[in-house]
Amino acid sequence: MERQDDMPGEEDRFDTIVIGAGPAGSACAYTLAKAGRNVLMIERGDDAGSKNVTGGRLYTYALDLLEPGWSAEAPMERKIVREQIMLLDKQSALTLDYADRGFADPVPQSYSILRKRFDPWLADKAEGAGVTTAYGILVDDVIVKEGRVAGVVAGEDEIFADVVVAADGVNALIAQKAGLRGEIVPSSVGIGVKEIIALPVDVLENRFLVGPHEGAARVFLGSTAGLPGGGFLYTNEDTISLGMVVNPEELGRQSRPIHDLFQDMKMHPSIYPLIADGMSMEYGAHLVPEGGLRSVPQKLYRDGLLLVGDAAGYAVNAGIILRGMDLAIVSGIAAARAVLCAVKPSDAGPEYLKQLDELKLTATMKHFAGWPDLLTIPRLFSAYPLIANDIMRFLFTVDHSVPAKIPKAVREILEKHASWSGLLADAWKGFRAL
Amino acid sequence: MTIRKQTPEELLALDKFAVDERSAHIVLDNQICKTCSSKPCLVVCPATLYRLQGGDIQFDYAGCLECGTCRIICANKGLTKWSYPRGSFGVSFRYG
Repeated sequence: MERQDDMPGEEDRFDTIVIGAGPAGSACAYTLAKAGRNVLMIERGDDAGSKNVTGGRLYTYALDLLEPGWSAEAPMERKIVREQIMLLDKQSALTLDYADRGFADPVPQSYSILRKRFDPWLADKAEGAGVTTAYGILVDDVIVKEGRVAGVVAGEDEIFADVVVAADGVNALIAQKAGLRGEIVPSSVGIGVKEIIALPVDVLENRFLVGPHEGAARVFLGSTAGLPGGGFLYTNEDTISLGMVVNPEELGRQSRPIHDLFQDMKMHPSIYPLIADGMSMEYGAHLVPEGGLRSVPQKLYRDGLLLVGDAAGYAVNAGIILRGMDLAIVSGIAAARAVLCAVKPSDAGPEYLKQLDELKLTATMKHFAGWPDLLTIPRLFSAYPLIANDIMRFLFTVDHSVPAKIPKAVREILEKHASWSGLLADAWKGFRAL
Repeated sequence: MTIRKQTPEELLALDKFAVDERSAHIVLDNQICKTCSSKPCLVVCPATLYRLQGGDIQFDYAGCLECGTCRIICANKGLTKWSYPRGSFGVSFRYG
């Protein structure tokens, strides 16, 4: 791994410069280097992954698309075989638990991952294929010459390339400086916070009813003090990733800091037992593109510059399915293939769009295009989890009184938390979104 | 140590930082911030680095988790500079 003092000098020139050594950047750099291209990948962190935070999990198809068999080799945490949804009230929770070992067989569909373990592995794969890597260097801007992007500026250094690939993440500073993206609208992102909590392996496996190297993924609704958003939990090998994602715009309109809301969620009587006696190891935060297709900029390229991964808005929040890193890898592959197909550098952009179609990324984003509308239903984050809990509480409550008839009780519960017109509007919104 | 509700300071103490003493990567203009009535930065920053003291926003860039939320939420342009820290500086996640 090269350090700052090994930074290529001014006269250096590469076929492609990749900004950012996350999954999108490394996938792109690897694919190009494997085809014999001279690639420089620049990462601002001291190592790949040191600036990154995920929920999170990686869907493995993307890794195997990059190189067949890599999902069996990559340093990932646990293959997810339990998919859980937890609906919370103040003191109670209803959990749906879908256990399916088919998700682990023959190739596990997804793994929980930690970025500081995973990203360096993938970046090293790129380096092994011949990519020149430069760590600990922040790219400040792109160089524009005669209307086209011709390289990057990092501190005192100018480095030139036929094509620059911006894989610099959700804040997309490079895309903004290059005029491809405007300011990020607060409603189009989620702010995620996460605590890593260490637990002994046997305790973790017993608590989540999973075998060795198997894991659970859980989303929480009703854990965000009514704010649009939710919580998440992933079991890693010997840690738990517990976090919360909320809409920053709505968050900014109320008075409690996100850290405080998150710590309350952590101590919820139905969540605390999952992490009790564990040890807090790390606290992280990161933005997540939440607009789906709407987060993808109108222009994904200009002459000499391609956007990939979060910088291109490639993420999907479908409530129970959260995808980002798989789409990042696929977009990185698409960008690399575009560069390889391009007869001249200016062909890379239009070719990139074709490759995105070819690799089904465009269609995937379109498929989920309506889903963010669902997440604007305010009742989803408060009223509905409360209704679910009230119904369960009614069904399981036994005392000396004679219980109400179920239809009457359910109607009363619904009317307590929502109006019929609201329920109908939500049903219609849901139908249209899906 | 078992699991309990922790303060922002306690949570940040879990993380590894290399603070750039020479250059602040985020700078705000308190003259502008004084006139901002909503001050969403006080609640959206996961590290709670924006604090109100006598009408002024007190801000310390050490402890920044580099998420970018303050940048996108600041509607009145009180943030006059927001960049990532210079290479190698800032937070280094050990788990991520």
